[in-house]
Amino acid sequence: MLSEFLQFLFSGVTVGATYALAALGFTLIYNASHVINFAQGEFIMLGGMLTVAGVSAGLPLPVAIALAIAAAAVVGMLVVRFAIQPAKGADVVSLIIITIGVSLVVRGLTQISLGKGTHSFPAFSGSEPLHVLGATLLPQSLWVLGVTAAVVALLGWFFSRTLTGKAILATAYNRLAAQLVGISTNKVLFLSFALSAALGALGGVLVTPITMTSADVGIMLGLKGFVAAVLGGLGNGLGAVVGGLLVGVAEAMAAGYISSAYKDAVPFVMILFLLFFLPRGLFGARVTERV
Amino acid sequence: MRRSRYPGLLALSLFLALLPLALPNAYTYDVVVRILINAILVMGLNLLVGFAGQISLGHAGFVGMGAYSTAVLTTHANWHPLPAMAAGAALAGFLALMVARPIFRLKGQYLTMATLGLGIIIAIVIGNESAWTGGPDGMPVSSLSLVGFELSGEKRWYGFMAVLLVFSLWSCQNLMDSPFGRAVRALHGSEVASQVVGVNVGRYKVAVFVLTAMLASVMGSLTAHYVGFLTPGVAGFFHSIELVTMVVVGGMASLYGSIVGAALLTMLPQLLATLEGWETVAFGAILVFTMIFMPRGLVPTLAARFGRTR
Amino acid sequence: MNKRMTLKVLAGFVLVLGTGAALAADPIRIGSVLSVTGPAAFLGDPELKTLQMVVERINKSGGVLGRQLELVHYDDATDAAKANGFGKRLIESDKVDILVGGTTTGSTMSMVPLAEKAGIPFVSLAGGVPIIEPVKKWVFKTPHTDRMAAEKVFEDMKKKGISKVGLLSETSGFGASGKKETEAVAGKYGITLVANETYGPKDSDMTAQLTKIKGAPGIQALFVFGLGQGPAIVTKNVAQLGITLPHYESHGVASDEFLKLAGKASEGVRMPSPALLVADKLAASDPIKKVVVAYAKDYKDRYKDDASTFGGYAHDGLMLAVDAIKRAGTTDKEKVREALEATKGFAATTGVYSMSATDHMGLDLSAFRMLEAKNGDWVFAK
Repeated sequence: MLSEFLQFLFSGVTVGATYALAALGFTLIYNASHVINFAQGEFIMLGGMLTVAGVSAGLPLPVAIALAIAAAAVVGMLVVRFAIQPAKGADVVSLIIITIGVSLVVRGLTQISLGKGTHSFPAFSGSEPLHVLGATLLPQSLWVLGVTAAVVALLGWFFSRTLTGKAILATAYNRLAAQLVGISTNKVLFLSFALSAALGALGGVLVTPITMTSADVGIMLGLKGFVAAVLGGLGNGLGAVVGGLLVGVAEAMAAGYISSAYKDAVPFVMILFLLFFLPRGLFGARVTERV
Repeated sequence: MRRSRYPGLLALSLFLALLPLALPNAYTYDVVVRILINAILVMGLNLLVGFAGQISLGHAGFVGMGAYSTAVLTTHANWHPLPAMAAGAALAGFLALMVARPIFRLKGQYLTMATLGLGIIIAIVIGNESAWTGGPDGMPVSSLSLVGFELSGEKRWYGFMAVLLVFSLWSCQNLMDSPFGRAVRALHGSEVASQVVGVNVGRYKVAVFVLTAMLASVMGSLTAHYVGFLTPGVAGFFHSIELVTMVVVGGMASLYGSIVGAALLTMLPQLLATLEGWETVAFGAILVFTMIFMPRGLVPTLAARFGRTR
Repeated sequence: MNKRMTLKVLAGFVLVLGTGAALAADPIRIGSVLSVTGPAAFLGDPELKTLQMVVERINKSGGVLGRQLELVHYDDATDAAKANGFGKRLIESDKVDILVGGTTTGSTMSMVPLAEKAGIPFVSLAGGVPIIEPVKKWVFKTPHTDRMAAEKVFEDMKKKGISKVGLLSETSGFGASGKKETEAVAGKYGITLVANETYGPKDSDMTAQLTKIKGAPGIQALFVFGLGQGPAIVTKNVAQLGITLPHYESHGVASDEFLKLAGKASEGVRMPSPALLVADKLAASDPIKKVVVAYAKDYKDRYKDDASTFGGYAHDGLMLAVDAIKRAGTTDKEKVREALEATKGFAATTGVYSMSATDHMGLDLSAFRMLEAKNGDWVFAK
């Protein structure tokens, strides 16, 4: 049935766009620092929760959103300053543990200051669903998809047309060489964390009217974002977006056609099979490693 | 290798023998028994992560397999715990064997992702099959009796686990000093270099992985029988992270470090439990600070500071 | 490797552990393990706040038997295995006089063997049937069981001639247990489950499951068994998909927060609930009116937040314990247990409790009210 299939697709794409934004954040940070940032989900949470806090403090929604995104970016930079930079030279596992520690701190502080409850705010352009061939779609889903697309386009322009963007890319390719040509890899580190935090927060803001938010939504979103990023081949922006949408759609299709109980396992099964056959993800570089 | 390992083993035995004098009640015994279980588990994981240099963020999956194998087989099929435990270990070993080859072709973050995914899938299966496992609410597990001797109560378990810890430490030390162990350590240095000198890299990785998976499964079974109650959390992502953190905090490739790491991270939540909502923040901050100030882990860092070699 | 250092560090920690134990035992110590964080925080958070508030109030008015109450509480982060460890700590190290707590059925069941072995009265705040069936000597509970919730819902459906129902349950402990009980009692009411789907507690979109349920042959009503924000998202999704089937929820959404989150979509949703949510609408003659109204007001004054029925369970658990201690005239564990079992006609926020040797919950279906969401408020369903 077409309308059923479409409904599953809409559901998947909406959720997938969230994963895509999380995966983009992962990718940005991974490129700049080779850190797998398990705190990425917390930036998404901060976007939603801080906006809620702003609105309940009486700020108009757009102001609250802007402040929340800015605050998340600041948190991102604080994370670099106090957790990533001091641990220079630590190996992959230590860095993973550090980011998990950071996520615990951010989540814990949010629970203490903003409570453990679940919150939401109204959708940007109403909640009257749109009907497409017998399936329904919320206007907010279009917001999520539209903004995700815009962000991808902007990032594409940023990385290919601006000097700063190119500096980040150069650092991703070869850190030492980048330093040698005078790029401050330190600045790149700060910039990429701030950018990725802001992106995450933006995602959190966009989905809150659909999915609601609470201090502990970051855990699952972070994990799924990581899956999506790896699926797309870590380090590839477009791959991250495709990966995110794929994970979302696969989950929705699994819930619709196979078993809703096992839909959460689907992305992980997918990624295992993919890695077994394509060890570097869908869009990963096919290069041989130097030793 | 460099120094005799017997003074260390002897000191540990002596410490474990005297420790009960400082344990006032069943609760403190309980914490120590959990530490001992974790210590053996972490030592095993350290063989893989610390010595062989292969990250695993899904190790709790194997612990969960062992735990639920004995729980389900003893509860639903009336098996004796010992064969049930063996079945769990065999199952975990078999799964590890099946996935080891493709998984260890992966590097770095892809390996991280694959092990993480594996662990999460196991946890999801356990959580979903509630007819067998009781689902997210968990299931009770019978106590363990070994040849007519009922292993119940914290004190008996303490004695049993203390002996098991010393034995495990001795075995791990022997294993790592054997030609097998040297080959495994070589993997950590450089895989290509090991290959060049004739180490069959793939085979050793698989062997270590299967070995640690089976050890994890057995410890999972013991946890199940000791606690008497199981939840899917035992196989969960956060438990995997906890175990790796114990390895890293104690010290990569340091067996004594594993004991210290297990002790600290098992006690920490207990010490923080009275912080009234600040537990999560404190736990996270401690993780970050430990990793920043002692990136090599407590035991190697302290050992270096006090001017002794490992 | 420096062993002496290791030893010192270990010994230091052992000392720290030891000092938590056994200080003066003058106050009456109430031990509690609650799921203040994690998926069941929606229940555990108001429970803890309630316990703290009530203990404070009782202490201000002179305590119990001339002794102050002291609340010792731990957070199991919604992991039953952790609850087991903390249960041991409360009994062995903190030496509490009575246990009030266990937010989830899993946490409760993991502590049941401890309480039974140590011989300590234990009032659970969880809904599962296994807690009281078979009856355990030392274990009591305050909320209705999830089986009763299912029965109440099916009773209402039967009255409306509904027999084909689509079930959507959460994969959390609460939802999984609810699913099991729902499946078990459906036959008794002549109800067939024509669809049986689940969703994860952190899922953000359930339209896929609902689309499937919507298409089930002959479906007449939707029954959702879940906690907190999940059912609120389901309710919004139901509106989005234009599903007009009668929509029933479990007592897991019995709060005003649900109405806020689901917004207009909640209109017409029915659920079984303790009377707390409609406290002001209770008849003046209702035996529990006074208690409920007072509790709701105290909670609101203290925490600037609406009281939920889950906090109500904690209130009732603690008050039952206090009442039993008063009647026993001592904190002797066996005497308190006997007094708890002899509780008769005790009016609390959830209902009027009358325990017996065969009934350690002491509530019947009458304490459950069928409520309906109307214009952003809960009212008695007609």
